[in-house]
Amino acid sequence: MLDFLRARLAHGTPTTPFPGPGAALPERFRGRPVFDAARCPAGCRDCASQASPDLIRPRPDGSARLDLGACLFAPEDADACPHGAVQFTRDIAMAVTARDDLLTETGAVRLARPLDATMRRVFGRSLRLRSVAAGSCNGCEAELVALGNVVFDMARFGIQFVASPRHADGIVLTGAVSRNMREALFRTYEATPDPKLVIAVGACAISGGPFRGSPEVLNGMPSEIAVDLWVPGCPPHPLTVLDGLLRLLGRLERGER
Amino acid sequence: MTDLFALGLRNRRAVPFTSVPLESMDGFGASLAEAHARGHRLVSLFGLPDGADRLRLVAVVADDAEGALGVTSTVVARRYPALTPRCPQAARFEREIREQCAAMPEGHPSLKPVRRHPPDHAPSDWTWAPVDREAYDFDAVEGDEVHEVAVGPVHAGIIEPGHFRFQAHGERVLGLEIMLGYQHRGIERLLETVDRTRAALVAESIAGDTVVGHADAYCGALEALARCRKTPRAQAIRGVALELERLANHVGDLGALAGDVAYQPGASYFGRLRGEFLNLLLAMTGNRFGRGLLRPGGVRFDLTPDLVEALRDRLPRLSQMLEPVARLMFSDASVQGRLEGVGVVDPALAEREGFVGPVARACEIPRDVRHDHPWGVFRFAHVPVATAWAGDAFARALVRRIEIQRSLEFLEEQLGSVPKGAPMVTAGALRPDELVVSLVEGWRGEIAHVVITDGQGGIRRHKVTDPSFRNWPAVAAAMPGNEISDFPLCNKSFNLSYAGHDL
Repeated sequence: MLDFLRARLAHGTPTTPFPGPGAALPERFRGRPVFDAARCPAGCRDCASQASPDLIRPRPDGSARLDLGACLFAPEDADACPHGAVQFTRDIAMAVTARDDLLTETGAVRLARPLDATMRRVFGRSLRLRSVAAGSCNGCEAELVALGNVVFDMARFGIQFVASPRHADGIVLTGAVSRNMREALFRTYEATPDPKLVIAVGACAISGGPFRGSPEVLNGMPSEIAVDLWVPGCPPHPLTVLDGLLRLLGRLERGER
Repeated sequence: MTDLFALGLRNRRAVPFTSVPLESMDGFGASLAEAHARGHRLVSLFGLPDGADRLRLVAVVADDAEGALGVTSTVVARRYPALTPRCPQAARFEREIREQCAAMPEGHPSLKPVRRHPPDHAPSDWTWAPVDREAYDFDAVEGDEVHEVAVGPVHAGIIEPGHFRFQAHGERVLGLEIMLGYQHRGIERLLETVDRTRAALVAESIAGDTVVGHADAYCGALEALARCRKTPRAQAIRGVALELERLANHVGDLGALAGDVAYQPGASYFGRLRGEFLNLLLAMTGNRFGRGLLRPGGVRFDLTPDLVEALRDRLPRLSQMLEPVARLMFSDASVQGRLEGVGVVDPALAEREGFVGPVARACEIPRDVRHDHPWGVFRFAHVPVATAWAGDAFARALVRRIEIQRSLEFLEEQLGSVPKGAPMVTAGALRPDELVVSLVEGWRGEIAHVVITDGQGGIRRHKVTDPSFRNWPAVAAAMPGNEISDFPLCNKSFNLSYAGHDL
């Protein structure tokens, strides 16, 4: 018993102070990328990420946009523009409400907006989610599991993962949606009672991630399923997911990054 | 009979593909049977098209005691006599060959699909019927009061998808069959077709909890094919990252096991300490799983003096926090009572089937790539092999506990003297028409990448074997006789990868 108490004291309270000043992330952390179009020489067409397919999307007028949903947050992505227009910041906040909000000319994104008042009344203080992994590498799932540990402690916000879609208020999809998981995904979605939320976590669920273009995957969330929250990352840092969820529930200040 | 070891093949030493023995089907089968009889392990067995109407089969075997690898091959038509009856370790590989290459190993005891996908490595003239992705012919037990329990692919926890079919009498499990393939993403075809910058990211995404392990196997293969000599510094940094990955996962596994036996302090403390190791990888690489660090030619992020200092400061303190929690958990009578005798793997089965990693070591089989086929920094820094003897969930937990200590000792030694040199050198072009076997002891066991180049130095075949591919049959074999309610605990004590298996 004494040993137990000694161990308990040694660990202290490790919970991350979030929201708030937040945990200091190390210098090398690759958070939300920014795009400086001013560095783009006129008519330049050199942008092509060898690492993340479709990271930079050129437009007919000569300008280009960065797609956070396609970003694999690889160090090579910062080389995607030979003129240095792509840089990683240490910002964890980048989850958005609409898929198009992940397309940005500067890296600034309109962060997730709160659900409407009715939905907030239903889910605002208690949100139960069912995880569906479908053609993933297990990286995103590992970070979803981490949200439950004593450091991130998502349950203190009333958010929990539950065992059955029948007990859930929504589903969290991770993975590029393999052909072999397509049916299970739809059946889980249909088994979740209305009203329900759908959250796409990670580059795979948004755009197929590193598996984009493989004949064995559907390049992310099927268009038949409407998504309420898109969380970029490969995998997203647990705080990126938590930040997105709290914004969706209207528990954080509205923001633009 | 051909001497499979005559080429002098070793871990990460490329040889001309033309020098690989090409035997008759009979000779090939006899060679593998002989290798099995002599206690050599089958590391890999796979097919690649050889013209429009023939399939080349390539087998890699390991003589762990000598640190030697053997290789041989044959060419088969669409139907060929199965190797499994003479070489039991070929069983799952031949199921894979049937699925990937559309060949038919006749006389194979069970040709159920492995991942349920259309062939993607078949000779171009071969055709096949459309694959029914939902079809799987489960074994059934008949009898009064025998019932079937189906679980998955969507599970109760945050777990990867897989389907488990139990035949049970009351609570007692009579049989378990595991149907996988839900995570199949077509990894091998991607590695063979996408450009090299992106392929490194695909390799890091084979199994997201084994980023460093698979990236190391991938880079090792390409570097050998390019005759690229990494600096000792790059090798040391890779070793540090690999052991941090092992620490994070082993510590996390102890926490998950504690959670499954309702020992909450273990679940909380280990769960939190796992994150501390991930955060060290984050400081080193910018990503909690070490993504972006390993690339052909070395490492993309140097270990700065500040980082070395931070690691040397942090690791002993983590060690001091880990040890008391481990002592509490492993000496707790109720924890012991719940882990002992659960999910026992028979050592004879482990030897026959060629199980790897902590699963094999918990059966007192001292199998560890770092020791048997050392590469990089492990040629100079020896990590003692940790074993236990009971083959049950407790033994697997114990092996992890010992390996945590050994990895911490390794890190202390390495961080005390990081060699000087450049973190990265240019990898260069791959030599044409060569074969290389690249092995890594990932935290789950032996990771094998076998790469064969084409005449232009492109990738002709990239075969990936995750340790989970070897070890999933151990989970099915360990369940009969246990209670169904012990399955989560039993499964967790193996903690195999679905993504790594499904590719």
